[in-house]
Amino acid sequence: MSLPKDLLYSEEHEWVKKEGDKVRIGITDFAQSELGDIVFVELPEVGDEIESDEPFGSVESVKTVSELYAPISGKVVEVNEELEDSPEFVNESPYENAWMIVVEPSNESEFDELLSAEKYEEVIKED
Amino acid sequence: MSELKRTPLFPEYEKYGAKTIDFGGWDLPVQFSSIKQEHEVTRTKAGLFDVSHMGEIVVKGKNSLNFLQKIMTNDVSKLQPKRAQYTFMCYESGGTVDDLIVYMLEENHYLLVVNAANTEKDYEWLVKNNTEKVTITNESANYVQLALQGPLAEEILQTLTETDLREIKFFRFENPVYFSTISSSAIVSRTGYTGEDGFEIYIDTASGQELWQLLLEAGKVSGLEPIGLGARDTLRFEANLALYGQELSKDITPIEAGLAFAVKLNKDTDFIGKNVLQKQKEEGPARKLVGIEMIDKGIPRHGYEVLLDEEKIGFVTSGTQSPTLQKNVGLALIKTEFAQIGTELVVQVRKRQLKAVVVETPFYKRSK
Repeated sequence: MSLPKDLLYSEEHEWVKKEGDKVRIGITDFAQSELGDIVFVELPEVGDEIESDEPFGSVESVKTVSELYAPISGKVVEVNEELEDSPEFVNESPYENAWMIVVEPSNESEFDELLSAEKYEEVIKED
Repeated sequence: MSELKRTPLFPEYEKYGAKTIDFGGWDLPVQFSSIKQEHEVTRTKAGLFDVSHMGEIVVKGKNSLNFLQKIMTNDVSKLQPKRAQYTFMCYESGGTVDDLIVYMLEENHYLLVVNAANTEKDYEWLVKNNTEKVTITNESANYVQLALQGPLAEEILQTLTETDLREIKFFRFENPVYFSTISSSAIVSRTGYTGEDGFEIYIDTASGQELWQLLLEAGKVSGLEPIGLGARDTLRFEANLALYGQELSKDITPIEAGLAFAVKLNKDTDFIGKNVLQKQKEEGPARKLVGIEMIDKGIPRHGYEVLLDEEKIGFVTSGTQSPTLQKNVGLALIKTEFAQIGTELVVQVRKRQLKAVVVETPFYKRSK
């Protein structure tokens, strides 16, 4: 199970990567492996506001639908359009090709709620 | 929570990397490698399924045929020894108790293979309606059931037995069949739930694990793999094979589900539910099961509402992205007046209303 040390994680299995004053968001290797073959990814549009702990989209495997919960609040400034045609990126490359959205955070203090790789590893061990 | 039940094959799952889930109280493999991969293997080579959770109920005694004729919608009198038949048991309302396969072992001796989650209910239903004083026993715990499905199924199975499998035609079976070093005999029918050629094999519980291992070993060179419930569902869905609890239920009749071929209104004996089913067949059912294909991007799922001009006209019974077609398709039970091929309708996919169109089923049909 891959868990890059330079990322932050949410208990809902999203990863967050700080890039200057923006953050890039996707789902973890653990999440994709639990879901199985991803066949559809539904994401917000550029300009949408997302709110911490609220759904901002969904991923669907052959078998089921899972909501994506926003790890932080903010404004969506970029969306990975490639996932529309290549949802399998989520299985193949969850931390690179399958980034989902880039957000301008509206509340920096929310970062304190996110988990380090070590802490997140404990969460998934309990699951 | 009560302990999950396990089939005798449970120790085998782990060896092949299975991920298991709670399926109606059973701890069963949802997938081994991946649903898509397993689906593909079954369509192109062969797949092995542990379906030991299915129920086996034996009906015996001199009035067995009469008894079954009163309970089953199909004409059980058409059976001969070594032949099997797909049928329904219905309530007086016409709603479905279960769909099942009846195997005629010999005169006055039948094996009923029923859905796992319905086994207890079915057994009670049979006992409650036992006007003919037949002997009814739930023998589910005595059988391991394996399904070997796919274009290479016969070739693989033939390497393990002297019984000429070509002689077992569709919905017929052979009994007893012996495999390689196993001393117990098995029942082998040419039946399945995938839309592919293949067999279902019934053997005693103690021999199940050995048979599983022999089959996987024998099929290795042909690419045989163990298959989980996830692919079992996508395979049966593409082939338009009903799943109880989705296409059929106590509130859905076999006529509504488009399965009139197994409802024989003209047979000699009246059966439970006949009045309603006859009326539905004569007048046409108010609801009908149809295939739908999404026009907008989204996947129809079990329970989603189907609408037309803001009016609710039905619901989705099953849906997924078809691994074979790579299209987002579903089955939906909708008002008959909107069931024509080509009709555009709307599926409520969570918060979004997405366009879909009524299409032909099955989504997949194998080339013979």
